Amino acid sequence: MSHTRADYPLAETQPGAVTGKHGKALPEITLDAVLAGEVTMEDLRITPQALQAQADVARDVGRPTLALNFERGAELVEVPQDFIMQVYELLRPGRAKSKEELIEAAATMRETYQAERIARFIEEAAETYAARGLFTFRF
Amino acid sequence: MTPRMNRWKRFADWDERPLRLDKFAAEDPANGFSAFSSPADPKPGIGIKGGRVVSLDGVLEHDYDMIDRFIARHHIDQEVASEAMALDSATVARWLVDMNVPRETLVRLAHGMTPAKLAEVVSQLNALEIAFAYSKMRARKTPGNQAHVTNAKDDPLQLAADAATAVAFGFDEIETTMRVSRNAWSNAVACAVGGAVGRWGTLFQCSSEEAEELRIAMAGFTSYAETVSVYGTEKSFTDGDDTPWSKAFLAAAYASRGVKMRCTSGAGSELLMGFHEAKSLLYLEARCLCLQRGMGVQGTQNGGIDGAPLTATIPGGVRELMAENLIAVWLDLECASGNDARSTESEIRVGAKILPYLIAGSDLICSGMGSILKYDNSFNPSLINGEELEDYLVLQRDFEADGGLTPLPESRAIELRERAVEAIAAVFEELGLSTPTEDMKTSVVYASGSDDTRSLMPRDVSFISEAIKERGISVIDVVKALAKRGFREEAENLLNVVKLRLSGDYLQTSAMIRNGRIVSAVNDPNDYLGPGSGYRVSEERRLQLNDIRDVLDQKEVLRSEALHEKDEARHIRYRNLGPAADGSATDDVVIGISPAFGLKLYRTTAGHRLSEVLGAMLDAIRARGLKARVVRFRHTADTSFLGLSAARLAGSGIGIGIQAKGTAVIHQRDRQPHNNLELFSNAPITRLEHYRALGANAAAYALGEMPEPIVVPQRGEAMGSRYHARVALIYAIETGLTEAGAAPEEVEIILTGAKS
Repeated sequence: MSHTRADYPLAETQPGAVTGKHGKALPEITLDAVLAGEVTMEDLRITPQALQAQADVARDVGRPTLALNFERGAELVEVPQDFIMQVYELLRPGRAKSKEELIEAAATMRETYQAERIARFIEEAAETYAARGLFTFRF
Repeated sequence: MTPRMNRWKRFADWDERPLRLDKFAAEDPANGFSAFSSPADPKPGIGIKGGRVVSLDGVLEHDYDMIDRFIARHHIDQEVASEAMALDSATVARWLVDMNVPRETLVRLAHGMTPAKLAEVVSQLNALEIAFAYSKMRARKTPGNQAHVTNAKDDPLQLAADAATAVAFGFDEIETTMRVSRNAWSNAVACAVGGAVGRWGTLFQCSSEEAEELRIAMAGFTSYAETVSVYGTEKSFTDGDDTPWSKAFLAAAYASRGVKMRCTSGAGSELLMGFHEAKSLLYLEARCLCLQRGMGVQGTQNGGIDGAPLTATIPGGVRELMAENLIAVWLDLECASGNDARSTESEIRVGAKILPYLIAGSDLICSGMGSILKYDNSFNPSLINGEELEDYLVLQRDFEADGGLTPLPESRAIELRERAVEAIAAVFEELGLSTPTEDMKTSVVYASGSDDTRSLMPRDVSFISEAIKERGISVIDVVKALAKRGFREEAENLLNVVKLRLSGDYLQTSAMIRNGRIVSAVNDPNDYLGPGSGYRVSEERRLQLNDIRDVLDQKEVLRSEALHEKDEARHIRYRNLGPAADGSATDDVVIGISPAFGLKLYRTTAGHRLSEVLGAMLDAIRARGLKARVVRFRHTADTSFLGLSAARLAGSGIGIGIQAKGTAVIHQRDRQPHNNLELFSNAPITRLEHYRALGANAAAYALGEMPEPIVVPQRGEAMGSRYHARVALIYAIETGLTEAGAAPEEVEIILTGAKS
């Protein structure tokens, strides 16, 4: 079901449906729950579903590029922090020494994390970097 | 003989003004010094074939650099581009300032425009039109503001206290950075805790190295990121150690962690980095902004930013900063509109710079304002700083413009600072990070800046910071520590901010938190369509803006006069002798006093006792062997009429008129009321010796002499701003006692000679 601006803000219109990674809903994440040790940082992580809902809202109010960013974000939710930082590093100028390194990262995103949009985005970067001679020594 | 000189002294005076510390650069497009246009700027143009943008502003697809590529693929809305690019730029410029053309219509068109087209359109607007268009085009209706919270020692106690203070002033976002980069984690915890004191909802960022910043966000301490910089030329971008794709990937990474972010760009950065391609500042910034929209970030921090001081050296530079902000909001990006790096030493240029933004409103008027003192600002001083924050509060009141801030009573500030310092100290103790002493804490609570503190030093902070990082302490640990030590409200507040990232509501364009609720361009869109629409200061908000400190009212004036009443009673008595007679002797000089003189009002605006003032004048007249009478008039409170009435009663034809506030006149019987002999209108700077001289001159006129008029020297004090509110209130007391046709009363003055 696609969300619209009428659903916004989700935390107010449907707090029970807003959950963290482990399924704990907003109203359950209370200070007492934290003090009882029932809340971890993982419970405070956004879900791909919430990002998709925000993407729907963004599209509904005429912000398609913002929606696409949320959708790329949704694909990265499950990607471990270290790998995210590794790919970010690789995308910086001169870090990858060849197009293949980026293509390989894209493949991992696609195959391991089903991050199709991200994979295509990295491939587009690889193609651009090759065209613009960015696989050069920088430091 | 006055020697001949080689310069007009006025220029020497000007040399001493702070303005002359500002350096100005010549327009020189070939070397990148041009604000709005350069011969190297391309003409707007677009080619679309088979679903591809095959040319962009005169560059063919195979010649695209990284930025062209990114803009062509991710920014240009091909369904709109042909229509938008075919429009006459002057027509679109007029639409921008036409209140009848809705924002959405213009936003849709911008999405089909190239950087050169956007720049060409806004270049047609003058500064006033840019400000107006900005007000109409900004995404969110309600304006907001951002503060810098840093200090020269990276002292976490002070950060917490200053964060709490900034929150209380109403800043919607606070931003910190460090003197020593490894102190990032300590800064983050300190500001997160301080920002949770008093209320919840202020978003917080810790500007540090890209990867570190994301890690700190992951640990839950920060709630947004802003310093994701982009540049308008390819070489600047790679020297900035990124590409549009790496930055867009970072944007997606922030979204994936539920953390709000915006990019940063601004005029002058390419020029500072040495790769400007001889293009104008505005064109390069238009590229940055199209890029950001293409990346899908919700907003931008632009308007010069670190390049603002350089931009302000160039002709039209300040107008350019406004124009680039306009392009940002026209593209539908949230705009944190600069006004941060201090671009001038001239306070006049500071005030002029901020005013259009204050009255137009902005998502974040400053990005940010220095809530701390200049020397404590680790970003560099801001346009407006802790020193000048009250000036800004008054500007809000002057223009009834909501600049996002609310005056903060001193007692409340102290209370919050105490609470914040205790809270961060408790967290540090609870987590075994540090045990701040009572003296450290107290020195911070009352400190204006870090020069006043005896607290943690950068090296101490490094140990704290590295421990937070290495032990993997997260916001959950901090929330627990706060609650355990009795800071339950702060624990709730902090938890609420972290919970924002679950729904992602605050990832939408221009989101901030007000009164515990999300306010963004989605649920608070700018709907300006002329007077009566868009953001309006509500009556409730207007009263908040008005509530600055030390405001004078009649009660306050009467209270301070009442303090003087007893004091004067010891020095003088006024004995009413009944109706005043016309004097016939030529040695008779009359001093006419006003209705409230000595009865309701007791001191001049300069603070002199009326008994001393009268005494000085009487002595001086009598010293010339003349007789002085005092007459109270109640038919008028006006100095001229007091003086003339006194002169007409005086046998010598010479009278003095004096009001309780000290304004005095020497008058002569046959003159027109406002054509007196000498006027002493600047009571606040009129000293007793002037009143004595006034008496002496009145006596001299009575003796038929032509004395040198008394000149009360003034040095250009803004007398009106200092005294007129008080004067008007005092004068109303005088006029309130007047009575039409009341007869003059002879008054015997008994000076007791009491010494104090």
